[in-house]
Amino acid sequence: MKRILTVLLVILLSLTLVVGCAQKAPAPADEGKEKMKVGFVYIGPPGDGGWTYAHDQGRKYLEQELGVETIYKESVPEDQQSEKVMRDMIDQGAKVLFVTSFGYMDHVEKVAKEYPDITFMHCSGFKSAENFGNYFGRIEEPRYLSGIVAGMKSESGKIGYVAAFDIPEVVRGINAFTLGVQSVNPDAVVKVKWTNTWYDPAKEKEAAITLLDEGVDIIAQHQDTAGPQVAAEERGKFSVGYNSDMAAMAPKAYMTAPVWNWGPYYVQQVKAVMDGTWKAEAYWGGMKDGIVDLAPLTANAPEGAKEAVEKAKADILAGKLNVFAGPLKDQNGKEMVPAGSVLSDQDQLEMKWFVEGVEGKIGQ
Amino acid sequence: MNTVLTVSFFKAAIIAGTPLLFATLGEIMTEKSGNLNLGVEGMMLMGAVVGFEVGYVTNNPLLALVTAALAGAIGALIYAFLTVSLRANQVVSGLALTIFGTGFSGFLGQGLIGLKMSEGFISNFQKIKIPGLGDIPWLGEIFFNHDILVYFGYLTAVILGLYLYNTRKGLNLRAVGENPAAADAASVRVTRYKYTHILLGGALCGLGGAYLSLVQVPVWQENITAGRGWIAVALVIFSAWNPYRAILGAYLFGGLDIIGFRLQGSGIVISQYIFDMAPYLMTIIILVIVSFKKDIKNAPPKALGEPYFREER
Repeated sequence: MKRILTVLLVILLSLTLVVGCAQKAPAPADEGKEKMKVGFVYIGPPGDGGWTYAHDQGRKYLEQELGVETIYKESVPEDQQSEKVMRDMIDQGAKVLFVTSFGYMDHVEKVAKEYPDITFMHCSGFKSAENFGNYFGRIEEPRYLSGIVAGMKSESGKIGYVAAFDIPEVVRGINAFTLGVQSVNPDAVVKVKWTNTWYDPAKEKEAAITLLDEGVDIIAQHQDTAGPQVAAEERGKFSVGYNSDMAAMAPKAYMTAPVWNWGPYYVQQVKAVMDGTWKAEAYWGGMKDGIVDLAPLTANAPEGAKEAVEKAKADILAGKLNVFAGPLKDQNGKEMVPAGSVLSDQDQLEMKWFVEGVEGKIGQ
Repeated sequence: MNTVLTVSFFKAAIIAGTPLLFATLGEIMTEKSGNLNLGVEGMMLMGAVVGFEVGYVTNNPLLALVTAALAGAIGALIYAFLTVSLRANQVVSGLALTIFGTGFSGFLGQGLIGLKMSEGFISNFQKIKIPGLGDIPWLGEIFFNHDILVYFGYLTAVILGLYLYNTRKGLNLRAVGENPAAADAASVRVTRYKYTHILLGGALCGLGGAYLSLVQVPVWQENITAGRGWIAVALVIFSAWNPYRAILGAYLFGGLDIIGFRLQGSGIVISQYIFDMAPYLMTIIILVIVSFKKDIKNAPPKALGEPYFREER
């Protein structure tokens, strides 16, 4: 009797979990007409207030605009388990899958081969196939703009950057930020600390504290949490966020953030699949496509920053300003991009060197 | 090297180690009663979310901490009922509790995402310098200039140590963990001891979670513990079920968590991955040493993980 009760309790406990995490499906659509189902694979929880949150906003926008049904799975590890999640979503009837982290790439490739009729979209990778495209945004452009804000605000000339992993995406962001800083504050340096995490609020806060102990007066970040923002707030310094507007989390420190806006792109892609016009591509949208932007500047931002940012933004939109235009030198003073030329997209995707003015090492 | 071994580093290590210390002490208490509860991560998250919710709504730090501890204890109650009363498998029940707690905190936290504690609330956890002790050069700044919960952590460890090794009840508890049948024969109420200490252990885990969400990063974000519950489970073994050694272990592991940042830029090149591995590596090494030495003092409670059937005496 007790054993049966135990089993029942364990089942009940697991069921509450399923119910707790399950999402309400929208009311059943018209009978007979098959509804489009779109699946999303997330690296973190939508409640991170960062990367996954931004994707989840895109998912909700998609649901609202096209009335399609969506399913998602959060905190999926970047290993074989992600394949299981994708197959499971396809079993549930998903026709399009958005897989939203770099580390899923090889697993997407494998599953895409097994299901030629399903459309796969992988975020931030570089592989593709007939039914498998990749997409990303030039977050470097708003990062450059946020660098302008930080450069104008910094008094010590030292700015801290809490960095995630030393992959090209992060390195590019640090370089773009630094170039933005230098455009207004040529002698400023950007100190980099690696955390090797995407999501650990307490640890990322401690990394920011370390930077503040070393004398920086602005904190920028790449991770998906508000940890570094909280550190800046606590010490009475200032900060630049990432992914989404973080003003509420650090009202006295937060100045602005490069942000993502995936919604319109998701709508466009799913529409194309429904119309049968979808083709695999390597999409890399910029500010002019609306997929990335700079969040509105708060009152913490320095005077004149708004004008400077608007001017640079207009130049980027008009194609007059390219973030990675030469002359660019690396940390050792070696010329990497000569004056008059621009770093190619391919070189940007493989970027593994810091520009002059960054204090930190890649490969630690 | 001088950028690493600074007062500010050791001070930060204490803060990083405090949530670990609470959770480790909670798990030590649980395991001393012969029950292995792998739900630490879940109980920490339950405490973190409930503490945050209550603190945000009421602005009362004491109430927030008490309810956080209660939330942890309620998580532990589920576990205790399953494993002590129903004698279910302890490992499975503990893992289920971790999954449950993670889901529970995500669910309850949905409306809290991105919210920040009020200034007034945060100021309750300002650093307080202890008069006298805080003026000792170096050590004073490292150990005696912290928020109130850090001191509470020291105190809890010492009280738990005194309780375990210097009181009759502590002796009874250890007897329950070593040989429940013998304890039972000596008219120790085994079930009551197990329940009490599993619940108290859960409360401490909840408090550890609340330290993260109320003091360390007072902005609600899902999964704020990021695996610290598992480090605490390893720490119990590392400290050989001894609360005094848990102090050392927790601050050591806390320091390992953050030492990487200090080394970067100091010219010493050690991969961050080494530090991420270190807590587990050290635990394994300690386990090997302990099993070689066969020292009874460092061994786990004998009846750890085994359900107790009175009829099978």
